[in-house]
Amino acid sequence: MSFDETTLYVFMLAAFLGFELIRRVSPLLHTPLMSLTNAISAISVVGAIIITGEKDASTLSKVLGFIAVATAMTNVVSGYLITDRMLKMFKKRNTESKG
Amino acid sequence: MIVPLLLLVAEHAAPAGPRQTLMHLSYIVASGLFVLALKWMNSPTTARRGVFAGEVGMLIAIISTLISHQVVSFELIFIAFLVGSAAGVPLAYLMPMTAVPQRTALSHAFGALAAALIGTAEYYKMQPNVPVGIMVALILEMLLGFLTFTGSLMACGKLQEILPTRPIVYRNQNIINLSILIIAAGLGVYLIVHPEQTVLFPIFAGLSLLFGVLLIVPIGGADMPTVISLLNSYAGLSACAMGFALDNKLLVIAGALDGSSGFILSIIMCRAMNRSFTNVLFGAFGQIQEAAKGKAEARPVRSATAEEAAGILDAARLVLVVPGYGLAVAQAQHKLRELYDVLTRRGVDVQFAIHPVAGRMPGHMNVLLAEADIPYDKLHEMDDINSDFAQADVALVIGANDVTNPAARNDSSSPIYGMPILNVDQARTVMVIKRSMSPGFAGIDNELYYMDKTLMLFGDAKSFLGNIVKEMAALIKAA
Repeated sequence: MSFDETTLYVFMLAAFLGFELIRRVSPLLHTPLMSLTNAISAISVVGAIIITGEKDASTLSKVLGFIAVATAMTNVVSGYLITDRMLKMFKKRNTESKG
Repeated sequence: MIVPLLLLVAEHAAPAGPRQTLMHLSYIVASGLFVLALKWMNSPTTARRGVFAGEVGMLIAIISTLISHQVVSFELIFIAFLVGSAAGVPLAYLMPMTAVPQRTALSHAFGALAAALIGTAEYYKMQPNVPVGIMVALILEMLLGFLTFTGSLMACGKLQEILPTRPIVYRNQNIINLSILIIAAGLGVYLIVHPEQTVLFPIFAGLSLLFGVLLIVPIGGADMPTVISLLNSYAGLSACAMGFALDNKLLVIAGALDGSSGFILSIIMCRAMNRSFTNVLFGAFGQIQEAAKGKAEARPVRSATAEEAAGILDAARLVLVVPGYGLAVAQAQHKLRELYDVLTRRGVDVQFAIHPVAGRMPGHMNVLLAEADIPYDKLHEMDDINSDFAQADVALVIGANDVTNPAARNDSSSPIYGMPILNVDQARTVMVIKRSMSPGFAGIDNELYYMDKTLMLFGDAKSFLGNIVKEMAALIKAA
């Protein structure tokens, strides 16, 4: 098991893509942006799932994997929920009447 | 719709087994959705769609991983899912918006811990014979993961004010910190070449954890926006290194997106303070405070009551509000919104001028004001609104200090000289709501407060704004 150079290409292109995408994000949304990217990078949960659940996993792997799944899952759940909660607050005009 | 389609493709595919192929295909779909999620974040009108794309991508990736042949036991995973969700839901819904920086720091800590622990598990599983390429990725993953974990916890503690927010400095700090990093990195390199030396591993991990603590200890509250962004970047890069170690391109892509996002935000924050990374991390703030101590002298200022302030605001045509961290501390955003409503009804044009480093994380003020229902088209970036101050009748500064200090423009001996500031001093009248005359975080005296056109409104931001609103109401009734 070893990574080949394609992975390096993938990394380079993803990093450039990231720069171009993030540069276009309005500063208005920098806080939700950070919680969203944080939730996205919690995709590391899939690595944790494999470590915890694979055949012949050692006790150490299971313990560390368990903590990793739990912490990553916390980020997945809270990251997406709070991002959406924040974005809901951004409204263009006051909806209620200004009597 | 996507899943059955993938299954169809998967059934006709490779010897690795249809479920394995399904997993790889779903990872490609998830990567695409993550990219779309960030693309849609560019505007508030599409941003929620972006969150949805991210959720779908995550769900597809997790499910396909669970049903792949690699995973055989599920109990622990499901318990961990429950634990994570039980922690995540309250973290998302019960957190007040003023505490978002703390929550963000905490989530960086969690993400980094997950990466570091997976790295550790992977290392112990594979040693003694780990290919050099994998080992490089694992060491990077763990070094970044461990130091981001403790560093983010420290940042969270400082933001929550469990820990002292002032920088903690001691003799030879930078030399000590740097030596610890060098020793940790040196051990890492040695482990790359000799992965069988497992005794060294706990020392490597311990030093990385220690370095994270020491890195954040000397950093003060005002630098938090940069530091949070930088830790964001590290957490992302750690997940990315994990992708290399596990040969998982989805992780590489997600980590690279997160890493570049944090990196760009920290560059933006640094630029907004006219400082470099090294300057923030190995900071000059300790010295600034010493320099500023000498010249504290009592100078006359003009103060005003809520009634006087209400009269001036009522007569204004254009009011520019400059919010800062003090607004968040006083939880005054809803009172500010009441004032905004009253003034708007009176025909006053009220706009908000937001400095990039106002608050404790990038975009902090925007979220607070949006929470208080202030329409986002009234919130303006520094560069867009700075030229309007000259036409403004009133600039109302609430809980902001250094970002309004004209010394950054005029006084080359000032420690903040060169920092881009809001041109508050160009408004016809300046009002500053402030608890007392004590200098701001950086300990730098603000020339703004001593100008003839400046009125100091001493008091708690929330109650003072409340009083102005009351006075406005009385004024309207009298008229």
